[in-house]
Amino acid sequence: MQHGKYRFIVGFLVIPMTLYTLFVIWPFIQSIFYSFTNWTGLSPDFEMVGFDNYSRMFEDDIFWRSLQHSMLFALLLPLVTLSLALFFAFMINVGGRRRKGGPVVSGVRGSGFYKIVYFFPQVLSIAIVALLFQFAYNPQSGALNSTFKAIGLDDLQPVWLGDPDLALWCVMAVLVWSTVGFFVVLFSAGMASIPTELYEAALLDGASRITTFFRVTLPLLWDTVQSGWVYIGVLALGAESFAVVQIMTIGPGGPDYSTTVMVLYVYQKAFRDGQAAYATTIGVALLVVTLAFAAIVMKLGRRERLEF
Amino acid sequence: MGSSAQNKQNGVGRRDLIKRSAALGLVAVPTMSFLSACASGDSDSGNKVEKGKKTEKNPLGVNESAQVEFVLFDGGFGKEYAEDANKIYEKNFPKAGKVKFTTTQTIQPVLQPRFNGGTPPDLIDNSGKDQMDMGVLVGKKQLSDLTTLLDSASYDDPNKKVRDTLRPGIVEMGQFEGEQVWILYYAYTLYGVWYSQKALDGLDETYPETWDDMLKVCEKAKRKGIAGWTYAGKHPYYLPFSLYPMIAKRGGREVLDAIDNLEPNAWKHPAVKECFEAYYELFKKGYILKGTPGLDHIQSQTEWTKGKALFIPNGSWVENEAASTMPKDFGLTVSAPTGIDSSDKMPFGTIWASGGEPFIVPAKAKNPEGGMELLRTMLSEESSKNFTSKVKSLTAFNGGTTGIDLSPGLKAGVAALEKAGENVVNPRLQDWYGQLQREQIGVAVLSGLLAGSVTPAEAVKRIQDFADATAKDDSIKHYKHQ
Repeated sequence: MQHGKYRFIVGFLVIPMTLYTLFVIWPFIQSIFYSFTNWTGLSPDFEMVGFDNYSRMFEDDIFWRSLQHSMLFALLLPLVTLSLALFFAFMINVGGRRRKGGPVVSGVRGSGFYKIVYFFPQVLSIAIVALLFQFAYNPQSGALNSTFKAIGLDDLQPVWLGDPDLALWCVMAVLVWSTVGFFVVLFSAGMASIPTELYEAALLDGASRITTFFRVTLPLLWDTVQSGWVYIGVLALGAESFAVVQIMTIGPGGPDYSTTVMVLYVYQKAFRDGQAAYATTIGVALLVVTLAFAAIVMKLGRRERLEF
Repeated sequence: MGSSAQNKQNGVGRRDLIKRSAALGLVAVPTMSFLSACASGDSDSGNKVEKGKKTEKNPLGVNESAQVEFVLFDGGFGKEYAEDANKIYEKNFPKAGKVKFTTTQTIQPVLQPRFNGGTPPDLIDNSGKDQMDMGVLVGKKQLSDLTTLLDSASYDDPNKKVRDTLRPGIVEMGQFEGEQVWILYYAYTLYGVWYSQKALDGLDETYPETWDDMLKVCEKAKRKGIAGWTYAGKHPYYLPFSLYPMIAKRGGREVLDAIDNLEPNAWKHPAVKECFEAYYELFKKGYILKGTPGLDHIQSQTEWTKGKALFIPNGSWVENEAASTMPKDFGLTVSAPTGIDSSDKMPFGTIWASGGEPFIVPAKAKNPEGGMELLRTMLSEESSKNFTSKVKSLTAFNGGTTGIDLSPGLKAGVAALEKAGENVVNPRLQDWYGQLQREQIGVAVLSGLLAGSVTPAEAVKRIQDFADATAKDDSIKHYKHQ
């Protein structure tokens, strides 16, 4: 029975391995290769230039600024989004006051409704969300400034996306708004699988809501939080930040480079300035940052698995 | 399956298997290097169609039975004018079949892969904010020299060359260095300060010719609750439409040429700072519509047509683009930019006008003669008139305005051009160094200048630094005024 096994398994592996190599590994290798050329992206001719692109990148102020903004995205966005999502999920599932005759563990009143409301932004495409908020941020007729005006704060009329000190925060706020719902649902599912007995025991011991959260919920949810952290961090470094910055900000990437992020810079170099090779170089840097981010989160987040 | 220990001698263990299959994957990688040939493959020009016979009706020698492919940027001018030209072409070359015509608002994402793969279309309107970098295309020999088109007989008069029917400056704008002409700008755009004559009359004022008068008019407007200026805050590279000719007016044409040539300290010319200070004054005195830095071009134009601001720096496409919000009795007018005072080097009326809508014929196009013939058709008097009456903009074809009803903005534009006479300037930064002009000068510095976060002195310094960096960067092709 053993002698056919090798061929059998290889037979199974060949197709997925080939596909994986072709569509995942190979593009990586290709772009690393192109980062050593002077390819424009507008013509098939190019020459090898060694490490020129890399030395240029290290001297490029805009690259450093975009790196700084991307890192800020990768650190702050998960922190804010996950904290909010944990709080909401806890309130929806566990944080409710105990009602007579009801279950021991329950959410706040109307939690079913909140769950749907939080999830709502998730069904909108990020492009639409960005457009909607662009209108909200419009300094002349946007919802924000109109609200300020309506409540008598006539002097407080920021230009939001037009202000280099505010623009990045405006963009981040939109991402928080649009991703928090997904994690509320994810954490709700995680909390639902925590046995009720643990909560009952905590209640009998007279634990407060805060203690319950930090001593029971969070430790048992840790694996979910950690994967969520990596997931949203990668999103923040990649697709999502690109979409909002590209659609919403001035330039895009401005004003005064205040919102430029690495993915956007890759895109601009490749598809606006005709410098595809330099773009792949920044892409390689982005790859390194993303891998480092995932590695650090996994390493820092490692703790003993709790079984229940 | 047994345990892996048991198989150590006579079989392959699970771990070994994984290791070996991983190795297999790695071996497979180099063998796939043939793929790189596809990713940036060079398909040679063996796919060109045969040339046709040159006749009086067909001076370019178009193959009468070959199809032609045309990709148009569908922007402020729409696509109707191109469809009309296609119909004429189809009538002239019935055997060629229908023109393969597509439009897009994002030229580069659509066409970059086709250039890279060596199969570009025959004629392209490379315009819009996603246009392909002209400098790179020329530098990498991706464009056809349009001299053949310019030297062929014009559509209307076989004794006249196409070249002789164009407005002054159009041919030169399509050149980079040397004699070849790579780009044909089809539209003729007038940049300047646009305003409503009615609004100005309402203030009992005329268009100010000196900056002191400009401030006076703005002050008067402010007292009536109208802002003096607004601009496309999100695209601050619209500001140069009035700012650059003002610099030329103040300091002479050479100042702009030196700026275009990226000469050291070109921006440190006193005229530049004086003009920056003049604009900064608008901010300091509160003459700029509140919130302008956060508005895009459409939003700022709408505020302006609603009468919330008097002046807006813009191009002649604004008449078409803002048509839907512009009141009937708006009285759209354009003026050359206001100068500083009577000691300016160039007279009032100095204005920026130049070609717009750059059309190109790729070097690797299948049917380049067809592409050029389409352009020749578009440059006929009939097609030019058609364009002007439909989209309210002039074309590269010199004349072609007689006998058609000119819209108010167009009429004002023609009058401004007549007033300018010789004093038309054509700064080239925006087509030579797109990133410097739009992103660095526009978004990074000028936006701050008019929002008050950058002083005129800082602005000069920062822009000079950006210009120096561009001059030093050898990944960018550099050009000079001939």
